[in-house]
Amino acid sequence: MSPILNVKNLETRFQTLDGEVSAVNGIDFHLHKGESLGVVGESGSGKTQIFLSIMGLLAKNGRSTGSVKFKGQELIGMKTGELNKIRGVTMSMIFQDPMTSLNPYLKISKQMNEVLIEHQGRTEEEALKESIQMLDLVGIPEARKRVHMYPHEFSGGMRQRVMIAMALLCKPDLLIADEPTTALDVTVQAQILDLMRNLKKELDTAIVMITHDLGVVAGLCDRVMVMYGGRIVEKGDVRNIFYDAQHPYTQGLLESMPRLDEAKASKLHAIPGQPPNLQNLPVGCAFQDRCEYRKDQCLSSIPNLIEFAEGRAKACFREAS
Amino acid sequence: MSDTILNVEDLKVHFQVPRGGFFGGRVPLKAVDGVSFELKSGETLGIVGESGCGKSTLGRAVLQLIEPTGGNVAWLGSNITGLDAKTMRPYRKDMQIIFQDPLASLNPRMTIGEIIGEPLKTHYPEISRKDRREKVRQMMDKVGLLPQMINRYPHEFSGGQCQRIGIARAMILEPKVIVCDEPVSALDVSIQAQVVNLLQDLQKEFGLSLLFISHDLSVVRHISHRIMVLYLGKVMEIAPKDAIYADPRHPYTKALISAVPIPDPDRERNKEIVVLQGDLPSPIAPPSGCVFRTRCPFADDECAKTAPQPESVEAGHTVSCLHWQKLGG
Repeated sequence: MSPILNVKNLETRFQTLDGEVSAVNGIDFHLHKGESLGVVGESGSGKTQIFLSIMGLLAKNGRSTGSVKFKGQELIGMKTGELNKIRGVTMSMIFQDPMTSLNPYLKISKQMNEVLIEHQGRTEEEALKESIQMLDLVGIPEARKRVHMYPHEFSGGMRQRVMIAMALLCKPDLLIADEPTTALDVTVQAQILDLMRNLKKELDTAIVMITHDLGVVAGLCDRVMVMYGGRIVEKGDVRNIFYDAQHPYTQGLLESMPRLDEAKASKLHAIPGQPPNLQNLPVGCAFQDRCEYRKDQCLSSIPNLIEFAEGRAKACFREAS
Repeated sequence: MSDTILNVEDLKVHFQVPRGGFFGGRVPLKAVDGVSFELKSGETLGIVGESGCGKSTLGRAVLQLIEPTGGNVAWLGSNITGLDAKTMRPYRKDMQIIFQDPLASLNPRMTIGEIIGEPLKTHYPEISRKDRREKVRQMMDKVGLLPQMINRYPHEFSGGQCQRIGIARAMILEPKVIVCDEPVSALDVSIQAQVVNLLQDLQKEFGLSLLFISHDLSVVRHISHRIMVLYLGKVMEIAPKDAIYADPRHPYTKALISAVPIPDPDRERNKEIVVLQGDLPSPIAPPSGCVFRTRCPFADDECAKTAPQPESVEAGHTVSCLHWQKLGG
């Protein structure tokens, strides 16, 4: 089975007044149908920019190079008109803040129907029926009535459900979710994650989950990609990442999380220092200033992402532990 | 860790909000409705709940930054509710606050030396400028900021460093209690651990008491001695931290704890989640009886009629649920 998304050597640069920013550097990964990939990293690690590059949604001063093949089609360099036949149809994205992604002036019905009429050539009547079905599917009570409401009449959790429903209208093969539950309360987050798990099972949708919350990844994802300083530093199956992390950053991240399920030592293990500035990355490994295993090699050259076992790779000069 | 420094009794904060419509008039929004607790010296009390449960309002009302509409706050035995700004001032030295958004809570036009030193200037105007700067430098060193950065401006610092500045400003008067209102929510995981460790170190060194307000139950479990669970302005449960996780009694506490994702794939996938139906009801028209009953899987007619009173499960563990005994642990 060939992957539905295949990314090779993706690079994204932004031209700013203060110079060039390398947000995404040499990214390689692929995703199969029905698979879920967790993309983990701190703010400024480039995790969102990878997928904005793939969707062709970069800010005006951004340029991507490399190759992104979605169902065999090359997306980099594709014209907007062509891209629009894919975006929102076979590949959808949902964002952290649902209020800014919905048009406050239009009823939900209008916003949802538009997608179906535009992309699938449905009539107004058919579109409304399908919209209501989809709202039902994502667990909006009284969908028949609610579909005629405005975004502000929904709570945060409900709005995020509306966004997911919209993203799913054309039954996409790939759903990219950028921190979809970060702004929500835990009980609502649990509902949304439950919903996404069911989608994966029932519709065989491939899911990319971009998040900083390792707990969310643990529950939902099959594979994980850890980002630091605009690069992938480690990737592997979810169990490998959580139980046998190899990169010092992944290890540090896991250890620095307070745990609800067990009492940890009285002090948290904190990674010293702070994430690097993408505008001013050090020569060599981006993690060097915060790494306890730093050696001379780390200061002079950037470690490549090297596969060290089936489906597992890390970008670190340190020998396996 | 035995003497009570803060005693809050039946605290209420009701805001008057427009009912809507032109002639709608005003209705009370009960942000905090009859909350009681005590805080001991050197103790951390975690306050958890979802957005809109009144946890931030509670923190501010305790410090008299919002005037409570009912109840008492006693500081070392003396009532400080409703004191005017001038009488309140000597108490303020002992009570400080740090905020969620580290950058927004710092004046962009002041250097961090001025920001951290300002409480000293207000409360101890007799201290000379030179001594003040020396004290600021010492405090910067304590919270992990380089003292030579004293003349820089807030925008030159990262989020984690700004939070350290906020902590230094709160600590400079050597207060006895600090209200921490979501102090690490805006920070990255690796930075969050640094700030949590700093707060714990300061607590040990100065014998501080903390009211730690957060929606993140994992952080709260780590830093607190006791935990209070709020829902729609009312206390659902108070217990020592291990009891609240190992033996939660209130259906809401159970749901809240089960919903927290655990960074461990095997445990996370095999745990049982109590999924709550619906959303938080409007605080303008809270449900009758028990405020949680509209989302509670165990609610019955009795819950709509009677508002539950806190009942003791064991020493230091109270729960406000009519059916807690029936539901078991």
